[in-house]
Amino acid sequence: MLTYQFDWSVVTSGKYFEWLVSGFMVTLKLSVVGIILAFIVGLLIAVMRMSHFRPVRWFALAYLEFFRNTPLLVQIFFWYFGSYKILPQAVNDWLNSTNFEFAAAVIALTIYTSAFIAEDIRSGVLSIPKEQMEAARSAGFSYLRSMQYIILPQAVRITVPPLVNQFLNLAKNSSLAMTIGVMELTYQARQVESYTFKGFEAFTAATIVYLVLSTSITALVHLYDKRVLNPSRAV
Amino acid sequence: MIQFAGVHKWFNQLHVLNDINLRITPGEVLVVCGPSGSGKSTLIRTINQLEPIDKGKLVVDGMDLLDKKTDINKLRAEIGFVFQQFNLYPHLSVLGNITLAPLKIRKMPKKEAEEQAMTLLARVGLAEKRDAYPSQLSGGQQQRVAIARALAMKPKIMLFDEPTSALDPEMIGEVLAVMQGLAGTGITMVVVTHEMGFAREVAHRVAFMDHGVVLEEAKPEEFFRNPQHERAQQFLKQLLSPMH
Repeated sequence: MLTYQFDWSVVTSGKYFEWLVSGFMVTLKLSVVGIILAFIVGLLIAVMRMSHFRPVRWFALAYLEFFRNTPLLVQIFFWYFGSYKILPQAVNDWLNSTNFEFAAAVIALTIYTSAFIAEDIRSGVLSIPKEQMEAARSAGFSYLRSMQYIILPQAVRITVPPLVNQFLNLAKNSSLAMTIGVMELTYQARQVESYTFKGFEAFTAATIVYLVLSTSITALVHLYDKRVLNPSRAV
Repeated sequence: MIQFAGVHKWFNQLHVLNDINLRITPGEVLVVCGPSGSGKSTLIRTINQLEPIDKGKLVVDGMDLLDKKTDINKLRAEIGFVFQQFNLYPHLSVLGNITLAPLKIRKMPKKEAEEQAMTLLARVGLAEKRDAYPSQLSGGQQQRVAIARALAMKPKIMLFDEPTSALDPEMIGEVLAVMQGLAGTGITMVVVTHEMGFAREVAHRVAFMDHGVVLEEAKPEEFFRNPQHERAQQFLKQLLSPMH
């Protein structure tokens, strides 16, 4: 016999609803900032990984192996509890006056995800016919300019599906930021549960919000793909 | 304009260019022909250093290609290259393909680059295709856009590497016509091709290659009427009646 009394009003109105909304706003901010930064850093690492200059290539390889092969949670703890210990006092004071939890979470999510994005973009680049590079170099573009104007734009276009996966992973992984006190959606759902014992409602609400966020990211990227990246692609 | 002196190149054990000595004067149209594997594509690709040479001296537009101080990107901007497979940029429209290098390398204002592109498109007969993407064009149209793209940099030299070999027969004529229109305008042209009709009518000189060696160099009328080398005779016979 089920004795649990459902009370959805807890999560659809009032103080607890506002907590969830504010949690969602933080999750959204984490996701958007993280996705943009991870994409930029991922592009850079991908180019470095293919550099003809050995030290640069090795640095990128070390970066990839290091951040892909360690748990995200450990990385978050490292940036939050570890990194500031080696910084000067003045920097620490400044960090404490800002929203350091948020910054540490963004750094960890960005770096972790950029390693995966870099590998996806690199395999995209490798699938572009070598004649494209020849055509670009023949026109007088340097290696890096050829990458910038001719190779990477094509590589990113065919990398869209795996990129969407990485973006979704980042958005979902942002829930780990609660462990260092970032008041994002999961943190707030947990709070609501603690105050009301309505765990089913609180986490159902959080689940639905994550679902909506993820499907929105997918839809947005696909829209951008269709309108801007691949207007010529026959659908 | 282009001078080969004792140029050699190896692909591992394979001696693809064997003591090449060639002098191409400004405004000249040189057709390079020969059986497949003769090294003619490699030869044309050394001129803009898509293939670096191993030995000898190669001077293009006054710049020594083996000199470390030579800015190869700068030299390449003066040399148009047309590929067998066109190699248009598939993510850009026709207009985007033609204006990219003038905008980014020559720093040409956008309006000027687009006007120039339209002039060139009109010249190759494709003005109405400015907003199309390469995948929407036929092979012949793509190759004409590729020629317009190369011309947009106002090159002193145009290199054509088997520009019609990947085309359906009915499209070869439209590309050759554009190339014929270029010859005699003062631009130096080196054309690797099997189109002997083009060589006969347009070339100032024909070079015949086999096994990495230039066996014969002659004016087209001499080359076609009276080829000196036995392998050149064989090659021409094969082209004229491929069944035998």
